[in-house]
Amino acid sequence: MPTLEIRDLHVSVETKEGPKPILRGVDLTIASGETHAIMGPNGSGKSTLASALAGHPKYTVTSGTVTLDGEDLLAMTVDERARAGLFLAMQYPVEVTGVSVANFLRTAKTAIDGTAPALRTWGKEVKGAMENLRMDPAFAERSVNEGFSGGEKKRHEILQMELFKPRFAILDETDSGLDVDALRIVSEGVNRAKENTEVGVLLITHYTRILRYIKPDFVHVFVDGKIAEEGGSELADRLEEEGYDKYVGANATATA
Amino acid sequence: MTLTTDHSRAVADGAHSHGAVKPQGSRAERLTSFSLEDIPVPNGREEEWRFSPADRLQPLFQSDLGSSGVTVEVTAAPEVKVETVARDDARLGTAGKPGDRTAVTAWNAFQQATVVTVPAEAIASDVTSVRLQGVSTDATAAHVLVRAERHSEAVVVIDHNGVGSLSETVEIVVEDGAHLTVVSVQDWAEGAVHASSHRARIGRDAKLKHVVVTFGGDVVRITPDAEFTAEGGDVEMVGLYFADTDQHQEHRLFVDHAVPECKSRVTYKGALQGSGAHTVWVGDVLIRANAENTDTYELNRNLVLTDGARADSVPNLEIETGEIAGAGHASATGRFDDEQLFYLQARGIPEIEARRLVVRGFFAELIHEIGVPSVEERLLASIEAELEKSMSVITGAPTA
Ligand SMILES: Nc1ncnc2c1ncn2[C@@H]1O[C@H](COP(=O)(O)OP(=O)(O)OP(=O)(O)O)[C@@H](O)[C@H]1O
Ligand SMILES: [Mg+2]
Repeated sequence: MPTLEIRDLHVSVETKEGPKPILRGVDLTIASGETHAIMGPNGSGKSTLASALAGHPKYTVTSGTVTLDGEDLLAMTVDERARAGLFLAMQYPVEVTGVSVANFLRTAKTAIDGTAPALRTWGKEVKGAMENLRMDPAFAERSVNEGFSGGEKKRHEILQMELFKPRFAILDETDSGLDVDALRIVSEGVNRAKENTEVGVLLITHYTRILRYIKPDFVHVFVDGKIAEEGGSELADRLEEEGYDKYVGANATATA
Repeated sequence: MTLTTDHSRAVADGAHSHGAVKPQGSRAERLTSFSLEDIPVPNGREEEWRFSPADRLQPLFQSDLGSSGVTVEVTAAPEVKVETVARDDARLGTAGKPGDRTAVTAWNAFQQATVVTVPAEAIASDVTSVRLQGVSTDATAAHVLVRAERHSEAVVVIDHNGVGSLSETVEIVVEDGAHLTVVSVQDWAEGAVHASSHRARIGRDAKLKHVVVTFGGDVVRITPDAEFTAEGGDVEMVGLYFADTDQHQEHRLFVDHAVPECKSRVTYKGALQGSGAHTVWVGDVLIRANAENTDTYELNRNLVLTDGARADSVPNLEIETGEIAGAGHASATGRFDDEQLFYLQARGIPEIEARRLVVRGFFAELIHEIGVPSVEERLLASIEAELEKSMSVITGAPTA
C-alpha cells in the first residue's frame, strides 16, 4: 500500500539574517486512505511542513527523509512531486492573472497524467465537480484565484483535489475563512475524493468543526517544529477544550 | 479648466476615471518644428528624454544622417500603389511637425521617401509589407508615408530587421471614412539603435488602428502622435513589447483630441526580463477645449519576469473641457513572482510551461486585438522565442 513517510525531518527557512530552523525532527507516516489531522499553535511550523513537502524553494531540508511510495520525494522538483501524486491545498492560494481556471485545470491535468484528458469527458467532469462544490460555471473563465473571495479560493483548491486525483493531499487550513455551508460543501468534496480515490489526507486545522465532517484516523499535536503527541479523534476534542498550554509549557521547561 | 495627472511614481495599480484634473507642462505647449535650430541636441534632462539613454542615441541626434544603413523593400497588395519620391514631394510633411530631436534630424536628412497609397474607395485584398533592413550601423534617416485615401481600407506592416542605426519618420494620413491598420514591428538584431516618429492625422469618420510591436534592438524609441482633424475619428493604439537584458524600449505616445466627437483607445503591454532591461511607456492624451464628447481610455501594463529589470509607466491625461463622454487611464506593473511559479509547479506544471502560461495569458487578449493573422502568428512565435531566452537566463544565473 502506498505510503508517505516522513522521517526525522529538519527544515530551515531562508531569512535575511540567514537560515532559521523551523522543523526540528518530524516523524509521520500516512498510508493510502488514512486521514491525519495536525493541530497546533500559530507559528509552530504546520505550513512550513506542508510547503517543505511540496518543495517550496524558500525552505531547505537540513536533514531527514521523505519518501512517497518508496521514492525519494526530496530529490524531486516541485512539479515532479505533484506528478508523483502529492497535492497541496494552500493556506493562501496564489492569483495568476490572465490564466483562466479552465486553461489552468486542463494544463495541470495534462501535466499530472502525462496525456491530455479526453476533451468530451473532461468538460463534463469539470462542470460536474464545480456543481458539486456550488461553484458558478463562470469561474471557469476567470483568472486563477484573481478576485476570488477567501472561501472561493478554498473551493477552487478542493476542486483541483477532486479533479487531479492525487495519492496524498495536504490541506493547509482549508477550513479557515469558510462559512458553515461552505465548510460542509468543501468537506463533502474531500470525502468524495477519499471515497473515489483512496487518497491519503494530511489535514492541518485549528478547529474541530471540520473534523466532524472529515473523520480523522489520527490526530497529531504539532508544537515548536515537531509532533508533541499523537492520538485518535478524541485528542482533537481535548485540544479544543484545554488548548496547547500543556505542550507549550512542557517545551518551555525542556529548553530552559 | 485644464487637468493633468502624472503617475510616474505609481507602482501598482488603480484604474480610475477623470472628471477634471490640473496641468504641469501642458502637452499643448510642446514645441514642434521642421527646423533643426529649433530643436537642439538634448542633454538628457528634458522631460521627453529623462528616461532615455541619451548617450546611446547620440548618433541619431546628429544632423548629418546618411541613407546607406538601411534598405527598403515593399510588397504591396494589388490595389495599393508604391512610389519612391524625392524629399520635395508635396505630400510629405503633412501629418504634423517633428516634436523632438530625433524626429527633426530624421526629417531634415532623408533623401528619398517611400510612399504607400491606398487609392480612394479601394479595399486592399492583402497585407502590404514594407521591410526596412539594417545593413550597416551608419546612422541613417528614412521616411515612410502611408496614405489611405477616402473610404479605402488596408493593412500595412512595416518591419525593421537586421543591425541598423536608424532615425525614422512614419507619416500616416487617414482620409475621411478610410479604415487603416498600420503595424510597426521592431525585430532588430542585437546592436541596433532606432528612433521613430510616427505622425498620424485622422480625418472625418476615419479609423486608424496603430500597432507597435518591439522585441529586438539595443535601444528602440517610438513616439507615435495621433491628431484628429475632423469629427467622428477613431484611433486604436495597441503596443506590445518584450525587453531583454540591457535593452531599452521606449514608447511615448500622444493623442491629440483637437476636435469634438472622437474616440481613442490605447493599450500597451510589456514584459521584461534580465538585468538592465528597461521599458518606458508615456501616454499623453490631450482633450482640447473644443473637443466635446471625446471618449478616451488608455492602459499600460508591465510584467517583470526577473530581477534587475525596470518598467516606467506614465499615463498623462489633460482635459480642457468638461463636456466629455469618457476619459480614463490605468497603469500597473507587476512581477512574475516565485509564489506564482510555485503554485503552478505544485500542480504538476513544469517551470517553462508555467512561465509560458503566465506570459501568454498576459499578452493573449492584446494579440487578439491586432486582427492581422500573419502578425498574430509571428508574435506568438516571437514570444515563445523570448521565453526560451528567459529560461536560459534563469538556468544560467539562478537567483535566490
Ligand atoms: N520567510 C520567513 N522568514 C522568517 N520566519 C519565517 C518565514 N517563514 C516562516 N517563518 C516562521 O516559521 C514559523 C512557522 O511558520 P508556519 O507558517 O509554518 O506556522 P503555522 O504553524 O502554519 O502557523 P499558523 O497556524 O499561523 O498558520 C513562524 O514562526 C514563522 O514566523
Ligand atoms: Mg499555517
